[in-house]
Amino acid sequence: MDNLLSIVTFLPLLGAIILALFLRGDDEAANRNAKWVAMWATTATFLFSIFILTGFDPNDTGFQFVEERDWLLGLQYKMGVDGISVLFVMLTTFTMPLVIAASWNVTHRVKEYMIAFLVLETLMIGVFCALDLVLFYLFFEAGLIPMFLIIGIWGGANRVYASFKFFLYTFLGSVLMLVAMVAMFSDAGTTDIPTLLNHEFGTETFSLLGIQIIGGMQTLLWLAFFASFAVKMPMWPVHTWLPDAHVQAPTAGSVVLAAILLKMGGYGFLRFSLPMFPVASDIMAPLVLWMSAIAIVYTSLVAMVQEDMKKLIAYSSVAHMGFVTMGIFAANQQGVDGAIFQMLSHGFISGALFLCVGVIYDRMHTREIDAYGGLVARMPAYALIFMLFTMANVGLPGTSGFIGEFLTLVGVFQVNTWVAAVATTGVILSAAYALWLYRRVVMGDLIKESLKTITDMTGRERAIFAPLVIMTILLGVYPALVTDIISPSVAALVSDVETAQAAFEAATMVAEN
Amino acid sequence: MISADISVVLPELLLAIYAMGALLITVYTSKDKAAPMVLLTTSVVLVATAIWIALSGGGTRVAFGGMFVDDGFARFAKVTILLSAAAILLMSQDYMQKRDLLRFEYPILVTLSVIGMMMMVSAGDLMALYMGLELQSLALYVVASLRRDSVKSTEAGLKYFVLGALSSGLLLYGASLTYGYAGTTLFTGIVEAASEDISLGLLFGLVFLIAGLAFKVSAAPFHMWTPDVYEGSPTPITAFFATAPKVAAMALFARVVHDAFSGVVSDWQQIVAFLSVISMFLGAIAAIGQQNIKRLMAYSSIAHMGFALMGLAAGTAFGVQAMLIYMAIYVAMNIGTFAFILSMEKDGQPVTDINSLQMYSKREPLKAMAVLVLMFSLAGVPPLVGFLGKFYVLRAAYDAGLGWLAVAGVIASVIGAFYYLRIVYYMYFGEDKEGLDTGMNPVLWSFLMGSAAVMLLGIINLFGVESVAAAAAATLVN
Repeated sequence: MDNLLSIVTFLPLLGAIILALFLRGDDEAANRNAKWVAMWATTATFLFSIFILTGFDPNDTGFQFVEERDWLLGLQYKMGVDGISVLFVMLTTFTMPLVIAASWNVTHRVKEYMIAFLVLETLMIGVFCALDLVLFYLFFEAGLIPMFLIIGIWGGANRVYASFKFFLYTFLGSVLMLVAMVAMFSDAGTTDIPTLLNHEFGTETFSLLGIQIIGGMQTLLWLAFFASFAVKMPMWPVHTWLPDAHVQAPTAGSVVLAAILLKMGGYGFLRFSLPMFPVASDIMAPLVLWMSAIAIVYTSLVAMVQEDMKKLIAYSSVAHMGFVTMGIFAANQQGVDGAIFQMLSHGFISGALFLCVGVIYDRMHTREIDAYGGLVARMPAYALIFMLFTMANVGLPGTSGFIGEFLTLVGVFQVNTWVAAVATTGVILSAAYALWLYRRVVMGDLIKESLKTITDMTGRERAIFAPLVIMTILLGVYPALVTDIISPSVAALVSDVETAQAAFEAATMVAEN
Repeated sequence: MISADISVVLPELLLAIYAMGALLITVYTSKDKAAPMVLLTTSVVLVATAIWIALSGGGTRVAFGGMFVDDGFARFAKVTILLSAAAILLMSQDYMQKRDLLRFEYPILVTLSVIGMMMMVSAGDLMALYMGLELQSLALYVVASLRRDSVKSTEAGLKYFVLGALSSGLLLYGASLTYGYAGTTLFTGIVEAASEDISLGLLFGLVFLIAGLAFKVSAAPFHMWTPDVYEGSPTPITAFFATAPKVAAMALFARVVHDAFSGVVSDWQQIVAFLSVISMFLGAIAAIGQQNIKRLMAYSSIAHMGFALMGLAAGTAFGVQAMLIYMAIYVAMNIGTFAFILSMEKDGQPVTDINSLQMYSKREPLKAMAVLVLMFSLAGVPPLVGFLGKFYVLRAAYDAGLGWLAVAGVIASVIGAFYYLRIVYYMYFGEDKEGLDTGMNPVLWSFLMGSAAVMLLGIINLFGVESVAAAAAATLVN
């Protein structure tokens, strides 16, 4: 199948078009049909994406399943995956059917809801497959539109503020990246990502408005990309849109946001910042490492005092993303492996945690921690599942959360011991806020009158959690499933980066002598 | 000799004959009763002329000793102007008829104005330039105050006239200075005089010419008339203002700076870049507080002109190509948006308050979706075509060493995104209350849907506009 990636990418869009054109009315039957069409579309996408995984050769560090067509202005429609991106594609296709299943109780404008999610899936897969700068930007940026609508239409009380903040914040970040892409196009004469990966962008220091820019062009480009990905990630101190967006978004929206959309930032760092601007990455690494360390400690502390469950998990996401950026800019095998692993595992864990909140929110319509307590008495199955993901979030060995955090810490320890030391305290803090949350919600006596009639999880809800539980434990016990696929590509990436950095250092040494 | 000249201006000539003939016939027969008929015929004639020009083959031909130039660039602009004028005419019929505004002069005046625009884009001489510009403007002054019994409409016409006269004065002053120092009004002659060491007088002439042109494209700081005229004129006229004259003025702008002043790119580049950057920011910021959708579109058009000027500021063939593509996309977006604005009615009365859009998506999901697409396209969000337009001009500006302008432009576009989002917000997640009437005239409906479809599908290959624009730009800039 030559067009496998295009099929996987555009299959959800096809589902959305079918829904938009052929589904009429908004009675019970139409709503049910909308849900089933979305379910079939996402499931079929997942099944097709399995062919990508089975056909993927981990030892080939180049791009595979490449498709190429001419587009406008010397741009190309080019798709392909390598060891770094293939698992993100899988994460997306794996998560989406669960997201649709988790939205089964939506009653408000169901058809549009499903269309928005299907379009979003196409755009997310496209981001991970695109091998042309502008094509990447197209998918990356277009994702804002459905997400804006999802938060704005189906969100909570303060949804308007949250949706505008989400849109404008991320839009501002990415337009600077657009200018950088134009500059790269101009400099290299192509927007083909594999070619750009081998292109050396200028590193001669020059002065701009009287400021000496060390690393020259590379640093400026790096900063522009950083503006975009740091907001998307999100990194401290530009993370403030995330808690708002998470709290206001519907459960499924939060899951997509946490599990997939945030990973675009990390993927962008791995695909562009690190390999294309290795020298600038080297120059800026201390800044990023310290920002990550601060993010981990600061947002963990902030998470501790939250009263809204979703906000707490949102801050915990920011902290976990701190490990990712730290690992990436440690720029060694363990660090980058760990960062990718952490992103995948966070995809499962944070998605599951938002679903956990969704389960009790559906019943009680509040996310206040104080409104709960002693749920274990009436919801044993829920308590067990919530416990598992709380532990995974903390990074308990045996769950996937541990591997990612450990690898990134090992990676960063070799580069900067102090950062590693500070970041490690984040592990302790995450245990503090996560366990405390669990204690207040699930443990204790069931004294609140309103909770006395609460019911345990339904079969549908259990079915949604089952794959997530399996993945979390499987990856925790046998991480080679992931590392076997990513390691060769990561090794190639790391050695390229090191070569470029060494060459630059040698050149500066010569210049200084 | 004369027959060769006439064959070059044949489309304009025939259009003029048509306009005069239609005027005479309707005056002596049924007057306003024939207005719908005249309107329809005029649209057909305009479309036919557009097709004729588009198919009339390549090559550059000049007439009247270089005063009139027919090249690929002019043809591209003319086709865009003719098609958009025809579209606006068709769209306005329903609105005008309902409000008893449909006079037979309206399509004829539009035709005259279109002839003026065609003269403008083909001008190869300062005299021809001025003649085309005035023909276009005079017709526009009249249509702006078409609603004679409305204070706002007459005010709009008057304001437009007074300020337009002022700008024509500036332009004339610039033209006479240029003539004085270059010794000729022909662009081909001016370009020889305006080389490396440009004289101060000629530079002054250039500045005044640009100021006059900036008024016509409504670039800040010469934009003051735009919101008032947009608001006061009947909506179909506003739609017309927002499309064809903008293309014509922008093309004329390109023609003057590239044909007459191509030797001193660095001199006008900074002026154009300045106009561009303040137009983008002013358009973006001033629109935020607007509740009236027509005023909002006025500021939106100012911001868009800023982007088009960014392409022009590059001073390269690619810059002109980017500008042409940008203008074509801009026109396509505006036609759809105005088709929607024309259909905004409450109890049969036109409304322009964006508050009336509250929860529009619930009553009219398909139309709301189309407007959503147009709004995101206006904001320049991919994967809609508005993004491609922005990408082209950014590339052109960056390649010409105007990186700072590109950065300023994208920041302005983020600010501008806010008010487009606000319309989406009203439509999709506002309060549920009594809003607009449902139902829509089929002509408007098809323009709205067609425009939205173009925005969605254009990303695939821009319908081949790219290569045509490239060829057009190549004939202007060598």
